[in-house]
Amino acid sequence: MSELLNGRGLSLVPKSDVKQSMKDYKSDQEVRWCPGCGDYAILAAVQSFVPELGLKRENMVFVSGIGCSSRFPYYMNTYGFHSIHGRAPAIATGLAASRPDLSVWVITGDGDSLSIGGNHLIHALRRNVNLNILLFNNRIYGLTKGQYSPTSEVGKITKSTPMGSLDKPFNPISLAIGAEASFVARTIDSDRKHLQSVLREAAEHNGTSLVEIYQNCNIFNDGAFDQLKDPEQRDDITLRLEHGRPIVSASKAVRRAADGGIEVVDRASVAEDEILVHDAHRADPSLAFALSRLDEPAFEHVPIGIFRSVDRPSYDELMAAQLEEAVAQGGPGDLDGLLLSGDTWRIG
Amino acid sequence: MTKQVQQLDRVIIRFAGDSGDGMQLTGDRFTAGTAEFGNDLSTLPNFPAEIRAPAGTLPGVSSFQLHFADHDILTPGDAPNVLVAMNPAALKANLGDLPRGADIIANTDEFTKRNLQKVGYDASPLEDGSLAEWRVHAVPLTSLTVKALEGFELSKKDAERSKNMFALGLLSWLYHRPTEATVSFLETKFAKKPDIAKANIAAFTAGWNYGETTESFSVSYEVKPAKLPAGVYRNISGNQALAYGLIAASVQARLPLFLGSYPITPASDILHELSKHKRFGIRTFQAEDEIAGVGAALGASFGGALGVTTTSGPGVALKAETVGLAVMTELPLIVVDVQRSGPSTGMPTKTEQTDLLMALYGRNGESPLPVVAPMSPSDCFDAAVEAARLAVKYRTPVMLLSDGYLANGSEPWKVPAAADLPDISTEFAAGPNDGEAFLPYLRDPETLARPWAVPGTAGLEHRIGGIEKADGTGNISYDPDNHDRMVRLRQAKIDGIAKDIPALEVDDPDGPGGGTRVLVLGWGSTYGPIAAAVRRIRASGGKVAQAHLRHLSPLPANTGEVLKSYDKVLLPEINLGQLALLLRARFLVDIISYNRVRGLPFKAEELAGVIQDVIDSE
Repeated sequence: MSELLNGRGLSLVPKSDVKQSMKDYKSDQEVRWCPGCGDYAILAAVQSFVPELGLKRENMVFVSGIGCSSRFPYYMNTYGFHSIHGRAPAIATGLAASRPDLSVWVITGDGDSLSIGGNHLIHALRRNVNLNILLFNNRIYGLTKGQYSPTSEVGKITKSTPMGSLDKPFNPISLAIGAEASFVARTIDSDRKHLQSVLREAAEHNGTSLVEIYQNCNIFNDGAFDQLKDPEQRDDITLRLEHGRPIVSASKAVRRAADGGIEVVDRASVAEDEILVHDAHRADPSLAFALSRLDEPAFEHVPIGIFRSVDRPSYDELMAAQLEEAVAQGGPGDLDGLLLSGDTWRIG
Repeated sequence: MTKQVQQLDRVIIRFAGDSGDGMQLTGDRFTAGTAEFGNDLSTLPNFPAEIRAPAGTLPGVSSFQLHFADHDILTPGDAPNVLVAMNPAALKANLGDLPRGADIIANTDEFTKRNLQKVGYDASPLEDGSLAEWRVHAVPLTSLTVKALEGFELSKKDAERSKNMFALGLLSWLYHRPTEATVSFLETKFAKKPDIAKANIAAFTAGWNYGETTESFSVSYEVKPAKLPAGVYRNISGNQALAYGLIAASVQARLPLFLGSYPITPASDILHELSKHKRFGIRTFQAEDEIAGVGAALGASFGGALGVTTTSGPGVALKAETVGLAVMTELPLIVVDVQRSGPSTGMPTKTEQTDLLMALYGRNGESPLPVVAPMSPSDCFDAAVEAARLAVKYRTPVMLLSDGYLANGSEPWKVPAAADLPDISTEFAAGPNDGEAFLPYLRDPETLARPWAVPGTAGLEHRIGGIEKADGTGNISYDPDNHDRMVRLRQAKIDGIAKDIPALEVDDPDGPGGGTRVLVLGWGSTYGPIAAAVRRIRASGGKVAQAHLRHLSPLPANTGEVLKSYDKVLLPEINLGQLALLLRARFLVDIISYNRVRGLPFKAEELAGVIQDVIDSE
């Protein structure tokens, strides 16, 4: 396991006595996404990855909001809660904060988490509740049949924007870093190996992990991430973020720019020691933020991997500590004592 | 000088001043002394929503009314016998409520030309004869306080700030209140600033001594302790009682309490109170908004906690979708609505009963849930336990409808022993319920409640959510007949609770068929004024029956029968007739409504007049 792990993220979740397989995590429900949807690949990746965590299946909970991706919990043979639009992080917060023995996963999409649920997302991140948030970003509204989303590119032609969308999209990674997230990563539905490696780190992370997963909606926004999948160009576009390794693609490299920022240059034009080495654990988030801005303009070069992973106490851990401290100071609660506290008098 | 002592059976005092004058604290301390002395009492704070409105203006006036008596009383009283007016604004704002002949204690130091002008007085009412019908005691409270504190190393401003304690001392002398509790309270409150503590105690004592020596007060008054049922008592406000009720419910249900809440007037004190009691394993979560508050509470309920959210009307509006999710997922949840004046922001610090229909019906779809309303500040304790009992037993969200009057009002409370509280615990599902299988929507035949299977229970892994459920399995279902069945099952579950709540009791001294023709019905916080009005009618020989609803959904099974056994049913509500609308529709009874929506509780005298009119009509 990686040196990133501090162990607290899952340390209170009971371990399974038996070896598990992907089969154990498939529910008996028929999967009802459109044929060819990227969600199938993510589901398969998750189902085949979770057994290796070795957790008791009954201590795993998937919570979702509304949207195509939010049907996900029905297909996992764990506990699940398919809630209402945008509210999954809030519901999961109550669950995770009161049950440190659970591994809680939030499944959400770009509309669910960044439009209607934007407030809950940023507050979950700053609190650092022990959650893993998987943000399926297909840059479109699928379930409501094809309106533009908060991650759609400007000028997007959809049913609700026949002359093109006007609003600048969110960059979910920049947003999460700005919201004080302690773990922020990006991966892609078609790269199972990378997806699972990111999920592994996310699961073990103490506090909230946000994983943006580029996911293709083949009905309403097909090919949104084609550049990243096209064998001709993907290796040049994709900047792999690996802790302690130089940030490069096949042909590009990232280095410090003269103006104090960072820039992407031809790999051949720089000396190896000029290339920026990725440090996911930097306390200061400004470099991670700068990395998140490298895919502007979109898809010229796209960092993939873990942008940021820092150790910070989780909200649930701190909350539990306060309860323990209160008991240590005053003993466990006594109801008669409480009711009779303050000024009392006796009659008769 | 020996002063005359006069016996009274009850007194109503109103302390009024600028919102920075410490009137709420003064009222609280007088209340504590009065409770300690053994009178029955009832209080009504009334303060502006603004934290500090411009000094000396009418919007900045804050008041605290206290009714205390040598017998049991039901309301904070209609009209004060004594008004303490700390400035001209306080006089002007409250004079309209003051009956002729009442005492006015006015702080003359604040009746300056400028302060008089601020509230539109051309001349000082203390000097122009306009108060001739009242007994005015002009007391330079501020300068007397400053003088009394001359020996202290205090700025003039700090010394002036103690004038409320001088006023408290004077009133404590006037009504023979014990002083020890206030002295020790000040010592504790200002433990880190002993000079301020000493100054406040000196001001308090100076006020007392002033009463004893001045010629302005020739009489002092005694109100003997009340004969209340034997027991240990404390004074308690509605919000505090509600918070204690939730804690008790958590203990009696053996479930950890999780509160998800967002600050809102007049409910925030429940969040504050519960946040103090972490020793009971209570988790309080101040959420980013109202929706997250209830969402987190529901998430905690899914995990096996007693999930609670506390708010007021605007917050209930925001939480509606999540409450609907709780109806659909059939999980326990307590939604506390401390009602305030609406619509929209309305008058946040003022009371109202205008959220009843929202509580009952303010969600999309057929989404029934139980609604419980406490009838007095201390009853908020029992109502909270009852709401929790229903939530846990029937796996349903429950709406608990308090209001601003109950929340901030206070009264003596006979403290129950924990051992006498009901056991409201339940069992989590532990294993399969259908052969080898676990069906999350297979209902208990008695209660129609579904199993509560919490994460961490092996073999019961299941998925729930807001989409319609297939009866039994809980799988997603769009089947028309299944939906119709589930809609009816959810309704039947709530309706069935009528078998599990007490019948509606009628207070009718002559009994059924005894010739009483008029029933006065109420719900929630109007109990006190209605009961006080009923007493007045009976004292003057009139016949009237009284009944009060605590459960608004479902209604007690005998409600229709009670309504139909009287010729006339009068229903006073602090709304435009919301419960009347329901009862008319449901029981075809021609309810007579009495409605005032002034942000204030009813007065007993007002209701007595209304009841008498109904008795006298045709």
